[in-house]
Amino acid sequence: MQTVISVTNLSKTYASGLRALKNINLDIRRGEIFALLGPNGAGKTTLIGIICGIVNPSEGTIRVGGHDIIGDYRAARYMIGLVPQELTTDAFETVWNTVSFSRGLFGKPADPAHIEKVLRDLSLWARKDSKVMTLSGGMKRRLLIAKALSHEPRILFLDEPTAGVDVELRQDMWKLVRSLQASGVTIILTTHYIDEAEEMADRIGVISKGEIILVEEKAELMRKLGRKQLTLHLEKTLVRIPTGLSSYSLELKSGGTDLIYTYDEQVDRAGITALLRDLAAAGIHFKDLQTTQSSLEDIFVTLVSDRK
Amino acid sequence: MSAINVYAIRAIYRFEMARTRRTLMQSIVSPVISTALYFVVFGAAIGGRIPEVEGVSYGAFIVPGLVMLSLLTQSISNASFGIYFPKFVGTIYELLSAPVSYFEIVLSYVGAAATKSVVLGLIILATAALLVPLKIEHPLWMILFLVLTSVTFSLIGFIIGIWADGFEKLQAIPLLIITPLTFLGGSFYSIDMLPPFWRTVSLFNPVVYLVSGFRWSFYGLADVSVGLSLAMTGVFLTVSLAVVAWIFRTGYRLKN
Ligand SMILES: Nc1ncnc2c1ncn2[C@@H]1O[C@H](COP(=O)(O)OP(=O)(O)OP(=O)(O)O)[C@@H](O)[C@H]1O
Ligand SMILES: [Mg+2]
Repeated sequence: MQTVISVTNLSKTYASGLRALKNINLDIRRGEIFALLGPNGAGKTTLIGIICGIVNPSEGTIRVGGHDIIGDYRAARYMIGLVPQELTTDAFETVWNTVSFSRGLFGKPADPAHIEKVLRDLSLWARKDSKVMTLSGGMKRRLLIAKALSHEPRILFLDEPTAGVDVELRQDMWKLVRSLQASGVTIILTTHYIDEAEEMADRIGVISKGEIILVEEKAELMRKLGRKQLTLHLEKTLVRIPTGLSSYSLELKSGGTDLIYTYDEQVDRAGITALLRDLAAAGIHFKDLQTTQSSLEDIFVTLVSDRK
Repeated sequence: MSAINVYAIRAIYRFEMARTRRTLMQSIVSPVISTALYFVVFGAAIGGRIPEVEGVSYGAFIVPGLVMLSLLTQSISNASFGIYFPKFVGTIYELLSAPVSYFEIVLSYVGAAATKSVVLGLIILATAALLVPLKIEHPLWMILFLVLTSVTFSLIGFIIGIWADGFEKLQAIPLLIITPLTFLGGSFYSIDMLPPFWRTVSLFNPVVYLVSGFRWSFYGLADVSVGLSLAMTGVFLTVSLAVVAWIFRTGYRLKN
């Protein structure tokens, strides 16, 4: 896998003295969809801002496509399209003009056919001659995406792209993101919707209080998520797990009244039946049972709260 | 590829000129009207009772000063607004993330503001020509001063736009500094008419050099030598450029 963005020892301290990022090391792979998750104020926007040149880094280096973002900012920035978190748009320009402006700003000659395609993809074509201020919030969000795509970037940053976008349009947006990925664009997105990350991302990074606390393949995370737990509330307290049951992954909790069985649904399909049979044979009875499955959200909450 | 981002310069310049067209009333028509009013009041109404200044009727004498007055205030207000507004609404993010150099940003924003000022200056001159007997002895010098002043004060406006963190500051400088300096800078009189002490004080007013040089290009009348006027204009331009360069090097008020 080729690295397209590499962030090395990046720290950011704002003028207020706040340390928004602490020694971040992160590699983004070419062509992947990378989801950056983290609670409010974790530093997601700051990180994106630094990579894109809007915020000055305090320490560390960043390379985009091998180009240093400061020494060789032009080459780095040609590659990047940014959709900011805030809905900041011109008010008085038309949709068409403001998107064409972005293309020029990023050093590309006018290409009406491309602008038309982008506007159509984002269902903004019908509004191309409207003034920006007459658009709804969701349309403005899509306009920002259109601006970011106007110069055909190789890397696209989406800082909470689905905030304030309705369900149907969200589906369209994800379709667009998929087709961008298919054309080789690397996509880095932040979101507060974990199901979105789950659905879209190839890899997931979690940032909390300015530190990256986890970067993992989504498939790997999902494997961890695929694990389920069966809790048996026993009739009688058990001191230790009988040796005959040692082949199961069992744990005693709550002073011996709860027996917890952890299993992988995909792998041990027959596990529960066998376990229950063996328990009965061993004379262990239970009065109630329940199963739980951890979600990405649980992992996320645990990770983040562990740090508090 | 890394030479110069011509497309960006063009895009910003066009964007700014489109803004001028959208606000045509405010940016061109109203300065023209107010200048025309000056001519009517000072030139026709009062001017008739004021003796000629070195052979030039008072109405004609004040034309270069009035053009300067508009040029300075409009260059500053237009350029400062051009860069302040994106900062204010947040659209500056795009400029900061674009592959443009500071030189290109300044060139396009200041270029657009200066273009507008030059056009405005020429329109005011044309208006004046209808009202008073105008003569331009040194047209090339006139254009040179017109352009240099527009560029210099657009640069100053650009600096103010970056420095300002509220609309009051944006308006304060033109109102509290530029307008008084222009009025006291010999727009409406020759500083030779002043008592020696005030004449000396006036020489500390930068606008005196601008107005004097500009007026010389019309009537061959100058308070200070043309060479000095040109040199001082060059000094203002250089200082403004140095400040802009410093702003961009440090990211002052643009980046966190
Ligand atoms: N311009 C600034 N000056 C000072 N502090 C700032 C500035 N911008 C952000 N911060 C602080 O830096 C920290 C990280 O902010 P950031 O916007 O990067 O978080 P985020 O992860 O994007 O949060 P959210 O999910 O709310 O968008 C926060 O504590 C924030 O208050
Ligand atoms: Mg954010």
